[in-house]
Amino acid sequence: MIDRRMGIFLAGLFVLAVVVPVGNLALEGQPVPTYLVALIGKYLCYALLAVALDLVWGFCGILSLGHGAFFALGGYAMGMYLMREIGDRGVYANPSVPDFMVFIGWKELPWYWWGFDHFALAAAMVVIAPGLLAFVFGWFAFRSRVTGVYLSIITQAMTYALMLAFFRNDMGFGGNNGLTDFKDILGFDLAQPATKVGLMVLSALALAGGLVLARWVTGSRLGKVLVCVRDAESRTRFLGYRVEHYKLFIFTLSAMMAGVAGALYVPQVGIINPSEFSPANSIEIVIWVALGGRGTLVGAALGAIVVAAAKTVLTGALPEAWLYALGALFILVTLVLPTGVVGALEDMLSRLRGTPSRKEAKA
Amino acid sequence: MTQPIGGLPAVAQPQLYLDGVSRSFDGFKAINNLSLVIEHGELRAVIGPNGAGKTTMMDIITGKTRPDTGQVLWEQTVDLTRLDEAATARLGIGRKFQKPTVFESHTVQDNLTLALKADRSPWATLFRRGTAPERSRIDELLALTRLGDHRFRLAGALSHGQKQWLEIGMLLAQEPRLLLVDEPAAGMTDAETMLTADLLKSIAGERSVIVVEHDMEFVRALGCKVTVLHQGAVLAEGRLEAVSAMPEVIEVYLGR
Repeated sequence: MIDRRMGIFLAGLFVLAVVVPVGNLALEGQPVPTYLVALIGKYLCYALLAVALDLVWGFCGILSLGHGAFFALGGYAMGMYLMREIGDRGVYANPSVPDFMVFIGWKELPWYWWGFDHFALAAAMVVIAPGLLAFVFGWFAFRSRVTGVYLSIITQAMTYALMLAFFRNDMGFGGNNGLTDFKDILGFDLAQPATKVGLMVLSALALAGGLVLARWVTGSRLGKVLVCVRDAESRTRFLGYRVEHYKLFIFTLSAMMAGVAGALYVPQVGIINPSEFSPANSIEIVIWVALGGRGTLVGAALGAIVVAAAKTVLTGALPEAWLYALGALFILVTLVLPTGVVGALEDMLSRLRGTPSRKEAKA
Repeated sequence: MTQPIGGLPAVAQPQLYLDGVSRSFDGFKAINNLSLVIEHGELRAVIGPNGAGKTTMMDIITGKTRPDTGQVLWEQTVDLTRLDEAATARLGIGRKFQKPTVFESHTVQDNLTLALKADRSPWATLFRRGTAPERSRIDELLALTRLGDHRFRLAGALSHGQKQWLEIGMLLAQEPRLLLVDEPAAGMTDAETMLTADLLKSIAGERSVIVVEHDMEFVRALGCKVTVLHQGAVLAEGRLEAVSAMPEVIEVYLGR
């Protein structure tokens, strides 16, 4: 079930999950600084998000330009728990409501915050909130047979609308500033290197789990039907498959995966605010997947890690050049490597070995 | 194998029954008061010039298009105008497109496997694994469609004619009770065309088959009852020799 390239990637991930903690916590002189641990953890969350998008885009042809919304919703669910964990240690020392509610004059916790002091409920909401949104959105969109660029546009509108909504203070999610000033998670101090290492290892585990799940789903007969929908939707219908149900299944599963990525991301970066819903973020996810290679899963994860790392380096060195570099990279890959970096590498390897690649077999 | 029974007097219990069906698009009457009866096991050829309403007729039967008026009944009880494509397919109506449409990035074997009659719900599909009866059914279909040597090739790598055959194989894998076949001979060599005609003749009897075709040699090879469509309605019906002798048919179609 797990092919060679995924085996290699998972092995690399395992090495990372061992080397980074050892280098940060156990070795003399701390060869892996703590800021780097958090950075790697963040990239791994992005990678999981990219795998989620690859499931719908690479395998089912649904180009979602709103996947950032599911990521952000998972992040907000986790952020709400972290806010409740602060308790009376906030600036206003109010044990019953978070600081930002005191600031806008709210005395009582609104109903939709009830229960978020329990980690279990928050963890459930991490998948339920994005999953429910994806299910309801997909139910209407797929049943009405909205496809292609029209679907992409309404997913974009969805995340934009959510951004505007979350910007409003009276939504009760901290408005413009979002949720921040987190203290600890399940009693572990978020400022401690050990906690950061733990979160990074969890992110690596989540990414590995996400990849294996995605591989299992796409390798199943359902996964083959998804590819049928991508390549010849009408033919799939005439075979008796109810295409909208398949799209709904994978869209919802993907949204839940994105939610998990968001939930792991928030405690590592220490903040979640409405800018996570911005359409530009969702487009960036698409670029990761396109660069790495859509429909390859591992390529999507690698694309996310490489582009996010390049962004960290470039925005540090030449902030104004980043967007141009990203745009140029995207155009270059679309023109020269339509199957992404991983797809191109595989074609090259199989040519070296003398076996026909998928691309050649198609031609 | 029973002989096709086209040309016999209509039986009391048709497989498919269209009566007074009309459908217009922006004022253009694609189908205009069309009536058609297909018996169980019948092989029927539908001919007509471009724009005669052949494709719209198939869209209506398969639930892709809703008629404005008229009745479309499946085995006298099921109202096909209320069903969508997936539902009509599950009832047992299989459709082959004019342009061969197979899943190009799947192997020939996977194309057939996915077409096999089975529970189509996502949940069942997620957990289904191949079984021995399934594999032997695929062996049969591969032999029937002469694709045995191409089992593990990607369908996208097949020739045009092979894709036509694969699609017919997929249709049969569904075990339909009625096959709608749109120009199966398009792009085939003469030898392949005759093989296809033989295959469709052998399928009929067990299943009903409606073939839409332009190629007169092919229709002649089918040797069945022919329906001539013109401007969305039936212009003539009968054996090819009789139909092709009718002056109005010659004028709108054959004489061109």
